[in-house]
Amino acid sequence: MKSEALIVTGPGLEMDTMFVNLGPQHPSTHGVLRLGLTLAGEVITKAFPDIGYLHRGTEKLMEARNYHQCVILTDRWDYCSAMPNNLAFCLSAEKLMAVAIPPRAQALRVIMCELNRIASHLIFLGTYGIDIGAFTPFLYAFREREMILDLYEKCCGARLTYNYIRLGGVAADIDSDWVAKCREFLEYFKPRLDEYDTLLSFNPIFLARTQEVGLIPKEAAVGWGLSGPNLRGSGVSYDVRKSEPYCGYEAYDFDVPVGTHGSCWDRYFCRVQEMRQSVRILEAALTKLPSGELMAKGLAKVPRPPAGEAYAHVEASRGDLGIYLVSDGGVAPYRIHVRAPCFINLAILQEILIGKKVADVIAVLGSFDIVLGEVDR
Amino acid sequence: MTAPEKQVFPGPVLNHHSGKLLIGTRYWPTEIWRRPWSLPRYRAGALWLVGIILGIAAIGFGIGELAVWGEKILVWLGRCGLPAPAVAWVWVLIKLCCVIGVIVANGLWAVWWERKISAHIQSRMGPMYAGGFHGWAQTIFDTIKLLLKEDVTPAAADQAMHLLAPIVAIAPCIIAFAPVLFGNELAAAKLDMGVLYIFAFASISVIGVVMAGWASGNKYSLLGGLRAAAQIVSYELPRGFSIVPVLMFAGSLDLAVIDRAQAGYWMGCIPRWFVFYPVVGQIAFLFFLIASVAETNRTPFDIPEAESELVAGFHTEFSGMKWSMFFLMEYGYVLLSSFLLAVFFLGGGASPLPWLVGIPSWIWMLSKAMLMMFVFLWFRWTFPRLRVDQLMDFNWKFLLPWSFANIGLAGVLVYLHLRGWGLR
Repeated sequence: MKSEALIVTGPGLEMDTMFVNLGPQHPSTHGVLRLGLTLAGEVITKAFPDIGYLHRGTEKLMEARNYHQCVILTDRWDYCSAMPNNLAFCLSAEKLMAVAIPPRAQALRVIMCELNRIASHLIFLGTYGIDIGAFTPFLYAFREREMILDLYEKCCGARLTYNYIRLGGVAADIDSDWVAKCREFLEYFKPRLDEYDTLLSFNPIFLARTQEVGLIPKEAAVGWGLSGPNLRGSGVSYDVRKSEPYCGYEAYDFDVPVGTHGSCWDRYFCRVQEMRQSVRILEAALTKLPSGELMAKGLAKVPRPPAGEAYAHVEASRGDLGIYLVSDGGVAPYRIHVRAPCFINLAILQEILIGKKVADVIAVLGSFDIVLGEVDR
Repeated sequence: MTAPEKQVFPGPVLNHHSGKLLIGTRYWPTEIWRRPWSLPRYRAGALWLVGIILGIAAIGFGIGELAVWGEKILVWLGRCGLPAPAVAWVWVLIKLCCVIGVIVANGLWAVWWERKISAHIQSRMGPMYAGGFHGWAQTIFDTIKLLLKEDVTPAAADQAMHLLAPIVAIAPCIIAFAPVLFGNELAAAKLDMGVLYIFAFASISVIGVVMAGWASGNKYSLLGGLRAAAQIVSYELPRGFSIVPVLMFAGSLDLAVIDRAQAGYWMGCIPRWFVFYPVVGQIAFLFFLIASVAETNRTPFDIPEAESELVAGFHTEFSGMKWSMFFLMEYGYVLLSSFLLAVFFLGGGASPLPWLVGIPSWIWMLSKAMLMMFVFLWFRWTFPRLRVDQLMDFNWKFLLPWSFANIGLAGVLVYLHLRGWGLR
C-alpha cells in the first residue's frame, strides 16, 4: 500500500481544482489553525498554513508587567504543557540576575516538567488517535492525564495554568503523600504504555496510515529548524536536556529516543518512548529528592535585573523553547522574544503536504503536535 | 491492597451550583483496575446481566414460537367477517407496521447500546440519568429533541434534492427488511429469491447518500458523497461473492431454506452452522463481516463521514429528522447485516446446544444478531480508520480475489459431498 499519490501533469492534462478551507473551525486542526488547500480530486496541489487567530500579543504585554507577572503570561503559550514555559522564562531572567537556585527547587522543577511532558504527550497520543479515526485511546490518555492534573492540583492548586515555577525557585512544596501518589501513578502508568502500543502504536491500520506518510529527511528537518520529537523522529539526536543541561538534568540517566525515517509514525513513537524516559527521570528524581529551601535567598520582591540580555532554552514537550530577554534595568523586561517550537515546526507543512491525500493532511498535521496558543502567542 | 477505603486524595465531587454530592468517592484508576471484582457495584452489575439473560430466555420459553402466533392472528382476522382481499390488505399492513417498528425500535436501542458500549470500552459511564436506570430513556428524549429541532437547509443547497436525499436513503432500507428472517419461518414476506432481493434493495441507498453529498452545497459533503459512492459500490462485490459458498451449500436463495439447512449437530454437539464448515465457512464469514462493516460506513471503513477529515461527510449539512433519517439508515443496515450474518453463518434460529432447543428460534435469532451487532460496535471503538486508497486496495486486491478463491474451495466441498465423502 504505497501512500504517495501520483499527480499527472502536462499540457492538456490540467485538472479542475477545488479550494478547501481546512479550519479555523475544523475538528482536527487542533485549535484555530487555518489551512488553505487546493485539491485535485483528493490530492493536495497547494497548501498554505494561515495563523494568527489566537494572537494575544503576550510578548508585548510583558513589556508592561514586572517579572513575576510575566510568569503568569507564559502559562498561556503552550497551555498543554505550561511548566516548561514557566521554566524557560525564569531561567532567562535568573541568568540576568545571576541567582543560585536551591537544589530542592531544581529537583521539583525537573519533576514538574517531566510530569508535564507525560501529560502533554498523552494529549498528543489521544488526539492523534482521533485524527486517524481511533477514538478510544483519547479517553484512555485523558484518564491518565487526569491523575497528573490531580497531582498538580494537590501541589500548586492549578490544573492547567500553574504559575508554579517562579523567579528564584518554585511556589509550593510537595509532601510525602504527594510523593507516594506520584509513585503510585508511575507504577500504574508503565503498563498503560504497553497497552497503548497494542491498541494503537502497532495496529496494522495505524501503521498503514502513518508509516510511509509525511516523510521528513534529516537534512530537511534540520533545514526547516524543527525541534523536539519532530526533529528526533527524523533521526537527529538533539535534546536540550542533553546538549545544554539545565536544572541538573545532567544528574539523571535517560536516553534520547530517535526515529529512523522521519515518518508520522516515527514522530508518534518518539513521543511514546519519551514518556518512558520521563518515567525513568521521575523515578530517579523522586528517589533522590533533596531537602532544603524552595526559593533563592536575597531576591527582591520586585526584581530589577541589571541591564543586559540573556537567552535560555529548555526542552519543552514540543521542542526547543527559547526565551531571549533584554533588560534595561527596569521592573519590566525591555523586550522579550520567544523561540516557539510549534511556530517553527509548522512552517514545513507547506512543503510536505503537496501530493498528499486529504486524509494524509490530518495525519501529517496531527503528527507535528502543534498548540496554537504557542504558535500565535 | 484490600478493598479501596474512602479516598481523601482527589476528594468528593460536589455540584458547583447546589453543593449536592455527585460522587462520594473519586477512585484513582489504580484502585479500580487492580481488583475490579472487589467493587460491590461490579459484582451487582454482573448479577444484573445474568438475570437479564435468564429473564429473556424465560420470557421466550413462555411465549413460544412467534410464527405460530402470526398464523393465529391471520385465522382470527378471517373470522371477523371481512372479505378476503381486505384481510390480505390488513395482514400486509400489520406486517409493514411490524417491520417499520423493528427498524425504529432498533434505532432507539442501538444508539443507546452503542453509547453504553463505547462508554464502557473507554472507561466511562455513558448515559446515566435520563429515565432512571442507566439512562435507558436517553435516545427517546434525543428523538423528541430531533423532532422539535429546526430543519436547516443551507442557502447553497439544492432544496428539492436536499429534502429527497434522506428519503431515498431510508426507503430501500425499510423495503429490504421484507424477507429478513426474525425466527424460523418468521418473515414479513416469504420470497424464494430473498437474498437477491435484499442485496438489490440495500444497494439503492447509496444513491441517497450521493444525493446528500451533492445537494448540500458543501465541499466536505461532496467529498464524503464521492467517497461513499466509490466505497459502497466497490464493497457490494465481495459482499455478494462471499456468500456464494453459503448459497452453494444450501442450494437456495430463500432465507428460510438457508436457515433450515443449518439445523442439526455433528457428533451430537457441534452445530451444523455454515461458519463451522472447515476453512470455507470461516473465510466467507470474515469476508462478509468485513464487507458489511464497509457497506454500513462504520469504522474502520467510515471514510464517507470521517469526522476528523470531512467534519461529518455527507450529512454535515443535515439537521433534525433529516439527519436522523441517515442515522436510522445506518443502524437499520447494521441490524440487517447482523440478521444476515446470523442466518447465513450462525445457524439462524437453531440453538447452539442440543439441550437448549426448548427456547424458541426468534430468541436465538435475536441473540445471534445482537452478538453480531456488538461486533460491529466493538470494531468501531477499537480500530483506526483506513485511507481511501488503502480501502480500495483492500477491496480489489485482497477481498475480491480471495472470495473468488473461496467459491472454488466451496465447489470442492460440494463436489466431495456429492461423491458421498462430504460433511453431511
